Amino acid sequence: MELLLFGITKDITGANRLTVPVNEGISTVGALKRWLAQQYPALANLRSLAVAVDHEYAEDSQPLTGSNEIALIPPVSGG
Amino acid sequence: MLLKIVENIDTGEAYNFLQSPCCGALNVFIGTVRNHSKGKEVVKLVFEAYESMALKEFEKIAVLAKDKWPLEKVAIVHATGEKLPGDPVVVVGASSAHREAVFEATAFIMHELKRTVPIWKHEYYTDETVWVNAHP
Repeated sequence: MELLLFGITKDITGANRLTVPVNEGISTVGALKRWLAQQYPALANLRSLAVAVDHEYAEDSQPLTGSNEIALIPPVSGG
Repeated sequence: MLLKIVENIDTGEAYNFLQSPCCGALNVFIGTVRNHSKGKEVVKLVFEAYESMALKEFEKIAVLAKDKWPLEKVAIVHATGEKLPGDPVVVVGASSAHREAVFEATAFIMHELKRTVPIWKHEYYTDETVWVNAHP
């Protein structure tokens, strides 16, 4: 499973893409957030952290598959 | 609807797009780079967008605005990349028969853009850089 990263999440992880190992068995947005929090504790300091699945904000209960486009959305600051 | 993410904003493009003979009111808001923030000198801003999702969010906001007010046309254009003080970074506009609708609609669109659209502002001061809004 591939994750797209933007803004401060690129600085925290040191990458603009992350690969989540299949053997982690992550199947929902909530599980992905818990895995990320373990791997990168600094993410917990952010004001918020959303996940987008196929270009839409996703709830924690939303299922994930390898064919989705998944992105981490740190607090936005456009305008 | 004119919904775009561009490297350099052409403010005239939005104005030309919004013009219509049936409209007596055309409002264009232009957001620009301020040379100071929280008491510090800002050297430049660098904007990053998740473009494919940002365009979908632009469309949702424009559709919501057209549902709420009788708008003829809506424009939302945001810049990415490095911007210097004074540079335009966002243009939001609407046209309608009368002025109340376009004043209210452009304020609404800017408010929603700042709340939901995946675009990030990296602020460069003389001594450090900050991702705006990232931390509480």
